[in-house]
Amino acid sequence: MLIITPNLRNPDEAYARLIATHEGLTEAESHALNARLVLVLMNHIGDDAVLAQALDLARGQD
Amino acid sequence: MSSPVADRYPIAFQLYPYHKSSDQTAAAPVRHPLVIVGGGPIGLAAALDLGRQGVPVLLLDDHEGAGLGSRALCFAKRTLEICDRLGAAGPMLEKGVRWNVGKVFHHDRLLYEFNLLPEDGHAHPAFINLQQPWFEKFLHDAIARAQAEGAPIELRGRNRVEAVTPAADHVTLSVMTPDGPYQLQADWLIACDGARSPVRTMLGLDFNGRVFEDNFLIADVRMKADFPTERWFWFEPHFKSGDSALLHKQPDDIWRIDFQLGWNIDRAKELEPANIRARVDAMLGPDVAYELDWCSIYTFQCRRMDRFRHGRVLFAGDSAHQVSPFGARGANSGIQDVDNLAWKLKLVIDGTAPEALLDSYDAERVYGADENILNSTRATDFITPKSAVSKLFRNAVLDLAETLPFARGLVNSGRLSLPCTYDGSALNGPDAAAMPARSRPGSACPDAPLGGAWLLHQFSAGFTLLTLDADAPESLTAHGLQVRRLGLSAKDNAALRARYLGDATSAIYLIRPDQHVAARWQSYDETQVRAALARALALE
Repeated sequence: MLIITPNLRNPDEAYARLIATHEGLTEAESHALNARLVLVLMNHIGDDAVLAQALDLARGQD
Repeated sequence: MSSPVADRYPIAFQLYPYHKSSDQTAAAPVRHPLVIVGGGPIGLAAALDLGRQGVPVLLLDDHEGAGLGSRALCFAKRTLEICDRLGAAGPMLEKGVRWNVGKVFHHDRLLYEFNLLPEDGHAHPAFINLQQPWFEKFLHDAIARAQAEGAPIELRGRNRVEAVTPAADHVTLSVMTPDGPYQLQADWLIACDGARSPVRTMLGLDFNGRVFEDNFLIADVRMKADFPTERWFWFEPHFKSGDSALLHKQPDDIWRIDFQLGWNIDRAKELEPANIRARVDAMLGPDVAYELDWCSIYTFQCRRMDRFRHGRVLFAGDSAHQVSPFGARGANSGIQDVDNLAWKLKLVIDGTAPEALLDSYDAERVYGADENILNSTRATDFITPKSAVSKLFRNAVLDLAETLPFARGLVNSGRLSLPCTYDGSALNGPDAAAMPARSRPGSACPDAPLGGAWLLHQFSAGFTLLTLDADAPESLTAHGLQVRRLGLSAKDNAALRARYLGDATSAIYLIRPDQHVAARWQSYDETQVRAALARALALE
């Protein structure tokens, strides 16, 4: 099951870290970083069903 | 000099020179039990398999032997096992180059290397590289040996099929020869006439799928190089000779080099030796001496026919399905078609099994073709991304793969051909849950060592009842067939235990003539075995 209830202990901190990670990068570099990030997180999640839910949710088909 | 049957391509070996046949002057078309159209690897293997089983085979080809060019090149273990069953594998193994290690590069960086690490305890290696004309020649040599032992196989070179007229119980063929046209009839026809299958076209049958807008240049170069015997694949190579590149060893000091050229190219210009040499020089460096042996530019498609059986006409190999070359799933799947079809056709011709058994050829090999098309399409999409975002993720995978093992599993430079497991086939009988998944009904039997011998060599030409630490009669006669028992013990054989017993202490396997598992149980029950045999013969 994909967690869609609040799950970040410190949402402001997590969000700021995401934005800071992109600091100083060109748009192309940022896109590449995002792609690597998606792959890393996909592997961490591992579960096919959870991934499918997440992909549908992101696409707006939940 | 103009011949009514002109060459469309040069040949590497003349194997079946034209001789005038008495059929050509017969008053009425002569009827043959089985005609095979096409003398490539699939047609030759089909002729050999059926001829060895005593079915009179007539093979027609519009050339006189094996076409020039290394083409198929990579032959997988299952193909070698099938060729071994057909008495043709020995010379292939002797001449073929064995390889296990692959390296994957992005630009000039080695991302990782993999080892196919073939499991111990198999008679055959995971892969050999062998030029296609040699593969065909060794099949032809085996046909000549079978003929000498009385196998009723006839090969007619320079016999071009010009019309096919199907009827309910036969097919009429119009054939052109250097001595003019003649007609003949066939109870059954197997079309092994390649991706552009004239038989398929003459019958107006569909061949649908996806075209990949890319061109690949093959340059086979002859050189004395001390590169290791490995498969090297580059994404976006630093030497800029293509969007991807592949280097792979062949016999005879020849190396296969493949360059991805893109879609909008000037074919004739790219094939000029100077332009090919510029790409090869950039890759190998200026100091490597080599000769160009054979070059070709190809495009590819992933597609298949809706059905592989059309009444008395059966399609096998590229005529029925076509894939990209990534994964070596072309000729290897065609040989599995032959393996699947030959025993079924033999039993139908003999009247032992109903024609419905041939519909299982269609079902099982369409399933296999879909598996190959899926794998090959995914590899192609990874190697040649079709959109900006697809390329973004592809390169993200490559960036991560250098340091992170998880990302290597996502890198796809071709998923190498493995035997198809016919899950869900109507021919499959009962399974036993305690036994290993790899030998479930529908799977090709994994080989295993037996002292100094091999398991697959012990199977009979027909159905086999393999018993492991279980009692059963030495043979069973049912449904017009004799099923011979192969009684073994797995007690001192770890490979047999792991591959066939799993958590069970005894096992009975009903094995089809193509060495695929039909059904399995923990102990022998004649009623069960008879029922499973009936099912495997499509009698139910």
